[in-house]
Amino acid sequence: MVKLLLVITVVAVLLVIISFLSPIGKKVSLYVVLGLIALIMLLPFFMMFVMATLKTNEIYSFPPIMWFGSNLGENFKNMVAAVNFPRSFLNSVIVTCSHVILVLFFCSIGGYAFSVYDFPGRNKLFAILLATMMIPATAGIIPWFIMMSKFGWVNDFKALIIPSCANAFGIFWMRQYCQNNVPKSLMEAARIDGCSEWTIFFRVIAPILKPAYASLGIMQFVNMWNEFMQALIILRKEKLYTLPLMLRSMVSDRGTDYGAVMLASTCAVLPLLICFLSASKFFMDGLTAGAVKE
Amino acid sequence: MRRVKGNKKGFLQTLKEYRVAYVYIAPFYILFAIFGLFPMIAGLFLSFFRWDGLGQMHFLGLGNYINLFKDTLFWKALSNTLVIGIIAHIPILLGGLVLAYILNSKLVKGQNIFKTIYFMPMVTSAVAITIIFQNLFGFNYGIINYFVSLLGEAPINWLGGDGKLIKVAVIVMFAWKWVGWNMVIYLAGMQGISNDIYEAAEIDGASHSKIVFSIVIPLLKPIILFTLIQSSIGMFNLFTEPFILTNSNWGGGPNNGGLTLMTYLLSKAPQGGNAYGYASSIAYVITFMVIIISVVLNKVMEEKDTVKRKGGK
Repeated sequence: MVKLLLVITVVAVLLVIISFLSPIGKKVSLYVVLGLIALIMLLPFFMMFVMATLKTNEIYSFPPIMWFGSNLGENFKNMVAAVNFPRSFLNSVIVTCSHVILVLFFCSIGGYAFSVYDFPGRNKLFAILLATMMIPATAGIIPWFIMMSKFGWVNDFKALIIPSCANAFGIFWMRQYCQNNVPKSLMEAARIDGCSEWTIFFRVIAPILKPAYASLGIMQFVNMWNEFMQALIILRKEKLYTLPLMLRSMVSDRGTDYGAVMLASTCAVLPLLICFLSASKFFMDGLTAGAVKE
Repeated sequence: MRRVKGNKKGFLQTLKEYRVAYVYIAPFYILFAIFGLFPMIAGLFLSFFRWDGLGQMHFLGLGNYINLFKDTLFWKALSNTLVIGIIAHIPILLGGLVLAYILNSKLVKGQNIFKTIYFMPMVTSAVAITIIFQNLFGFNYGIINYFVSLLGEAPINWLGGDGKLIKVAVIVMFAWKWVGWNMVIYLAGMQGISNDIYEAAEIDGASHSKIVFSIVIPLLKPIILFTLIQSSIGMFNLFTEPFILTNSNWGGGPNNGGLTLMTYLLSKAPQGGNAYGYASSIAYVITFMVIIISVVLNKVMEEKDTVKRKGGK
């Protein structure tokens, strides 16, 4: 441990010295720092891909093998024998997509109503909505679970999909967006044309909200796709497992077949990762939306 | 809009007039009442009882809370959670700020590539990440012990042994995962600060550290506060990482080294145990601490603000 710290300190001191010597040195040392951290961020992903192609005894060898092997086919067979991957993938898709669709629907009509209708009690109701965001959900977790079992929702996707489908943050987010992007004159015009309020929303307003749908949708999708704790206490049957639960079931004290697990992890993680890499700016804006635009 | 002030209307008439708006916002209030508010109140109620989920409920008053304070495992879980949370905040706060500042300076290019790489863990399942790290931290084969051996040290038993080092592994994962999120948020905040301010400071001959401490950090304060509150809530809900790291052990591995508050709560009920009242009291202790931390953070940030302003005058 001491040696490790020593090495880190020496490298850091060297970088600082270099950066004082010349502007180019400064630039180089900044790139070195950024690059090293980028390597640390990428290493676990890289090792996951590598281990998905290695034999078990290769994974347990020392020093560790850090390049691709030839055991991908065998690992695939072991994975198929151990878990029902397509089923879990489908479960994840069902839970996540239905949750996201409901969230987008309920939050957009709610946010829209708060932004354009001047109904009595609006400010008070909105203050209540904001207050609910301050309360940690942990407080009610035990009665929540008891309720789910009384409803018969244990081992039922409904328990994951429905309770949070009209959430306060989403409504708040949609209201902000509507206030900045929905001109009231547009509604007035549609009203004069004789559209019902319902048609106005779906025909005129919803298309304007597309960017807001995208960021809120991404945020909810990523969270639900990776949801573990709620899924763990609700879904106890193997055929209902979502991807995180399936992965968890492959790891145990009795020895983990890392080759198969890493392949399964790769398959579980890759679709979202590819989406992220192809539209990273979009994802980062969506996932940090709550923080930057207060 | 159509409402005329001073013209009092009946309750039913208003309801009818704004029916659409009320219908649009109703789902949130209905769902919150059922799945949010009711469980919360019931949880407080339940925390004063002993209940196995089926039979009679026994009123204990503050009994659950008193037992909790005598419960060594609870203290172990609390201290584990706090140690992990507090130490992990150092790299994610400082690292996030420094990285954001470097990327925001005009010296380096490729901002988007670095941002994307640092942010990757946030879209990846925590379970998958933990399984990978479990392997990387392996005793006789892990890549981390390989680096340790390169330095001439004996391999370290991170996940076994007396269980103390599990926390180190969790901290590493926590920092690895969150530093990019913080960085992206801080960077967005820094880009919101007008360039004129930086330029004026540079003309005045202010050093980088001076710019960071007297301009960037004060201006970013609301954003830093937001990330701090978010990650403290994350800290108290810490469950997935230590749980998977110890092969789904509800006790948190050897010597309860990886036992967190959330793991302890879930192990009392509904997983395995059926001490519903006791579990509820743990849930309320967690809630209470989250609220205290939010209030304290808000106060600390405000105080610094007023002190500075007074000093300035």
